[in-house]
Amino acid sequence: MKVKTPDAFSKGKTPRFEESAKTALADTQLRRNLGKATKTIREKRKVVVEEMPDWEALREAGRSLKERTLRHLDEYLEQLEESVTRAGGHVHWARDADEANRIITSIVKSHEAEEIVKVKSIATDETKLNEHLEREGIHAFETDLAELIIQLAGETSSHILVPAIHKNRAEIRELFVRELGAEGLSDNPPDLANAARLYLRKKFLSAKVGVSGANFAAADTGTVCVVESEGNGRMCTTLPPVLVTLMGIEKVIPSWRDFEVFMQLLPRSSTAERMNPYTSFWTGVSESGDGPREFHLVLMDNGRTDVLADEIGRQTLNCIRCSACLNVCPVYERVGGHAYNSVYPGPIGAILTPQLVGIGKPGPDSLPYASSLCGACYEVCPVKINIPQVLIHLRGKVVRKKQDTGGLKSKLDPENVAMQAVAKVFSDPERFEQAQKLARIGQWPLARNGSIHRLPGRLAGWTETRDLRAVPEQSFREWWKTNRGTN
Amino acid sequence: MVEDEPGDELMAGASGKETILWRIRHGTRDVPENERPEDVPIERGYRTAGDAGRDEIVEQFAERAAEYKAAVRRVSESELPGAISEALKRRGVEKLVIPPNLPEEWIPEDVETLRDAARPRLTNEELDASDGVLTGCALAIAQTGTIVLDAGPAQGRRALTLLPDYHLCVVREEQITGLVPEAFARLEETVRDERRAITFISGPSATSDIELNRVEGVHGPRTLEVLIAG
Ligand code: SF4
Repeated sequence: MKVKTPDAFSKGKTPRFEESAKTALADTQLRRNLGKATKTIREKRKVVVEEMPDWEALREAGRSLKERTLRHLDEYLEQLEESVTRAGGHVHWARDADEANRIITSIVKSHEAEEIVKVKSIATDETKLNEHLEREGIHAFETDLAELIIQLAGETSSHILVPAIHKNRAEIRELFVRELGAEGLSDNPPDLANAARLYLRKKFLSAKVGVSGANFAAADTGTVCVVESEGNGRMCTTLPPVLVTLMGIEKVIPSWRDFEVFMQLLPRSSTAERMNPYTSFWTGVSESGDGPREFHLVLMDNGRTDVLADEIGRQTLNCIRCSACLNVCPVYERVGGHAYNSVYPGPIGAILTPQLVGIGKPGPDSLPYASSLCGACYEVCPVKINIPQVLIHLRGKVVRKKQDTGGLKSKLDPENVAMQAVAKVFSDPERFEQAQKLARIGQWPLARNGSIHRLPGRLAGWTETRDLRAVPEQSFREWWKTNRGTN
Repeated sequence: MVEDEPGDELMAGASGKETILWRIRHGTRDVPENERPEDVPIERGYRTAGDAGRDEIVEQFAERAAEYKAAVRRVSESELPGAISEALKRRGVEKLVIPPNLPEEWIPEDVETLRDAARPRLTNEELDASDGVLTGCALAIAQTGTIVLDAGPAQGRRALTLLPDYHLCVVREEQITGLVPEAFARLEETVRDERRAITFISGPSATSDIELNRVEGVHGPRTLEVLIAG
């Protein structure tokens, strides 16, 4: 439905959430696909989580492991470097996206490779690695089925886990016929998958360099882990003689043993399976010639240390990218991933994106408002990130930034004054619910054509600058409580 | 940093490390100077050992592996060679990949074997052109229906179980652990001392990328068959 547009991590301005959401809301096909997808995953997840009597204990272990790691991140990263180096790997440190891209490019070039194979990695989406490589004359083949689909279509991902959730089988067939020359292809999913298998098999066998992300890396043994379904992750990390892995610095975990926690939390939360089809763990390079001869691990900051420095925002780095919070989010379910204009959509994107790129950019600044604070994301998060708390905290930062940078004129600006009041209300979910109830009772004289045109008192400034949609008869939070229990 | 890196730009990596570590220390100023990582408590209140009996564990593994659309069959030790030969025939396997140290009695006489060894190694093209691979495993996990390979005896290097389109895997009953944490505990030595690669396999390769329909088989073996022997 949309061609590549700049996102929060590329150069150039991105639209505000409200603007992008409008387009998405008008796309009924997208909403139908999304509704079906999120509902399916949500229900499956509930089943596999409920069969675990120790789920809450696992969540708490996951959360506390992340807390320990983040409070002592410097130590764990140095230990990881030492372990990987001891096992024959090379470790690189990248301060930002640009540095990460340059490091990876120079490794690829030193092996005179013009093509590389890649397994889905949001970190490389964040750095725009593919575009960077393309400019250097290197073509990166995405090898996840969904990533291949959106790469061929020249689009961007709309879901962390199922990036092509917005495309139906007829669209995919058409794309494969056109781009892969797969004549006579049916739109049967197994046939479509087979077309991708045949096309990519040749690439896997000939590529000199594979590039991957990492789900986790254990500091004590130096073991890196990739969790996947299709087998392309195994291909990329096993077959090419050179492997480069790009990893955000927050992905380190203290020890091998801790995989026992995260490998229980992640599959059930993400694909709603007891275990995903394939998980690869490797430790440096093998002396017996099993897999790549050369392994490079790139540790990337790119804004993560700024997130770390914020004591409330820090928990955002617990995220293991399971996407459970997307699937339960009533806002995400309606607008889809593209409206967030970020490689990180949904509730996690709403808190991670503005923190990574920094407060003060209109697009990302609008994201903490893309939520009804219903709290469903917090309840499913396997590492217990209090997303509503961080959302409210960021709203406060956005308002303060506006005031600090805007001078006196902006301080008196009616929107800012109103936002302060709104921020106050939002700072506490209880008070927020109260306010919504009051608004519903008191709104009728102000509502016309489904929109609130003027709010009384201090909130008037807010409505002067924008049309507020009428407060729904039942808030998302209330609706959630009555309709979905606490899933 | 390692010294033998290609390219000038990479020298910038050295100061990259200093910068990032400095930023981290600066960003965690709130952490007391004398706090050690172990001072942050980890509540390991989850199950680390199951109380299920052997039969129950084996039964659960068989059930759960089958839920992933793997073909699972339980056989006695003496039935095993016959069951292997039968499975290969049904599948029409002519060229079979054999990892090092696979028990000889498992290998049927009427197939062409492609034996992998340190020298000569099978090429990726040979593996790709084979009809299937026969292996054992390091262990299996009942709770999740998972087979674990550790590149050890009767398994071989990772490419062997990746390129062929059919994987026939023999799991001995005593290799099956109950819970996920038990498996990680048992693998720790292999990883720490020998640094061997570990692969978790839960069913054949799969995708749900097209309209969320599960399709078995994209890049890895599209058919996984498991024989539980005991
Ligand atoms: S924030 Fe929590 S629920 Fe959302 S993707 Fe990250 S780990 Fe999963």
